[in-house]
Amino acid sequence: MSEMNHNSKSKLHGIWALTNRELKKWYKEPVLFLLSMIQPIIWMGLLGKSMNISALIPTNIPGLDAKIIMEQTFGTGDYFSFMAVGMIGMTALFTTMFSGMSIVWDRRLGFLNKVLSTPVSRAVIIFSKVLSAALRSMFQAGIVILIAVAFGLQFGANFSLLNILGVFAILFLLCVGLSSLFIALTIRSTRMETPMAVMNLINLPMMFASNAFYPAKLMPDWLQTFVKVNPLSYTNDAVRQLLIFNTDWAQLAWDFTYVGIFAAIVATIGIVLSWRFLSK
Amino acid sequence: MSEEVIKTEGLTKIFNKHLTAVDHINFSVKQGEIFGFLGPNGAGKTTTINMLITILKPTEGKASVLGFDIAKQDDSVRNVIGLVPQEYTADEDLTGLENLLLCADLYGISRNVAKERAADLLKLVELTDFKDKRVQTYSGGMRRRLELACGLINRPKVLFLDEPTLGLDVQTRTATWEYIRRLKKEFGMTLFMTTHYLEEADALCDRVAIIDHGKIVVVGSPEELKRSLGGDLITLAIKENKDVSELIQKVEHVKEVRKEDGAYRIKAELGEIAAPFIIEALRKKGYTVTRLSLTEPTLNEVYLEHTGKSMRDAEESREANFSRRVTMRRARGG
Repeated sequence: MSEMNHNSKSKLHGIWALTNRELKKWYKEPVLFLLSMIQPIIWMGLLGKSMNISALIPTNIPGLDAKIIMEQTFGTGDYFSFMAVGMIGMTALFTTMFSGMSIVWDRRLGFLNKVLSTPVSRAVIIFSKVLSAALRSMFQAGIVILIAVAFGLQFGANFSLLNILGVFAILFLLCVGLSSLFIALTIRSTRMETPMAVMNLINLPMMFASNAFYPAKLMPDWLQTFVKVNPLSYTNDAVRQLLIFNTDWAQLAWDFTYVGIFAAIVATIGIVLSWRFLSK
Repeated sequence: MSEEVIKTEGLTKIFNKHLTAVDHINFSVKQGEIFGFLGPNGAGKTTTINMLITILKPTEGKASVLGFDIAKQDDSVRNVIGLVPQEYTADEDLTGLENLLLCADLYGISRNVAKERAADLLKLVELTDFKDKRVQTYSGGMRRRLELACGLINRPKVLFLDEPTLGLDVQTRTATWEYIRRLKKEFGMTLFMTTHYLEEADALCDRVAIIDHGKIVVVGSPEELKRSLGGDLITLAIKENKDVSELIQKVEHVKEVRKEDGAYRIKAELGEIAAPFIIEALRKKGYTVTRLSLTEPTLNEVYLEHTGKSMRDAEESREANFSRRVTMRRARGG
């Protein structure tokens, strides 16, 4: 069949086309994009600024230094900076959950079947969803950082622009893991209610059982156990090490390792499960 | 290349171990023909198409498309087929042209070739003027034509059409048939389609398989199938309250007489010739014919004959229902 020769194909063909299809829906709709930015602004502006935790510490008692207490508790003198980083992780978490939704839509509207009948590899179909969610979250996280800076985020002593790359790297790993997880959980469902319920079940506990708003060491033991296995905690910590703390390189390396392993395992499970389901 | 483009042997799909959607079907589709699967919703048409286009794995039996086994050589099958799905799968937020290029990317067609082909196809389905408009603004007929173009971007040897005119109004439907015929002529493809519209199967298909509860009940050209019923149907009523079945039976060309609800349903080989003879024979005996109608058999009568019922809409899953509703809504350009 000579005609097929100019259909030069690699195993990965179609990945950019499918990823871009997802991204287009988002960047072609500026209103949707702006709406998705409002939430982190509200959280940061209202919660981050209203909870002036350092003001709780009395200043008239000798020997009690608010700055030292804040440093000891949050690792930084400024609570807003601490929770702003939590917002970056939260943005990533909420953005990736849509990757699960979009596969349900594709199924219901027949697009999934259409793609399945083309020579695009099953793994590429899944991975394009993961990739688009990751790219989207990273972009939104970048915006959140800018907003946080505008609100007065205080960078750590050894911050350099290179650290921003590190932030994107860890967010990429987290998003790959999370969106694979959401896709694997929702790929079997044919209705919108199921993924919605799953997201709600996972998202809020995952956010609060992490160090997004409060350091783990002050939580009760049983809660700390959850915080310690939650990849979001490690991501938050890595971003804090890079942006606002005096970087502890050993801790940073451990954060990257943990999130990297999480991403690798979940992505593998997610892709294998989805693949098996798609070729039933 | 073999004469038989599609061939199935005992093809079966059982869902969840007990729901038999497709039950040991055997058929073959010849090079260059339009082969139709006709049956009510839920008869197993879409399941069959999904197996042939390698989306579903058969539970039992096998099938091949252009000699490639659908289970073992699925990648080869995907390269030579095109699909026009029941749903409107084009992305609403993208333009017609962007949608076509997206389809081309899925086949790994290089950008230059894709642009050329897209331009040709858009011309063929008369969407060139609308190529830079968002699909959102398209009417049902236009969307359907865009789906047709998408299904052809990889120059398939076999094109699968799943309910190609679902939800379209009669005029748009007839126009869509014209496009399908034109595309077939242009590309010399083999077409496999499913439909639950009797007129569609009649107007478009070279051969039809009637499918009911996952089984093929009869296969043949629409002409053959209608002829096999033994001619035309005459319905007649008389004023007198007496059984004249035997009298009618004796008239030339009459093959079968049945009395139903005070009327006589008569099967006759050449209805238009038999009818005057019947009236004549009755009048001679002093009976008055009050009403007479002559119908040439349609596929509905064929369907009725082989399944014992009229085409009915079976219970559907929530999912199928939803996608059907969306399709219908978009077909109306909503």
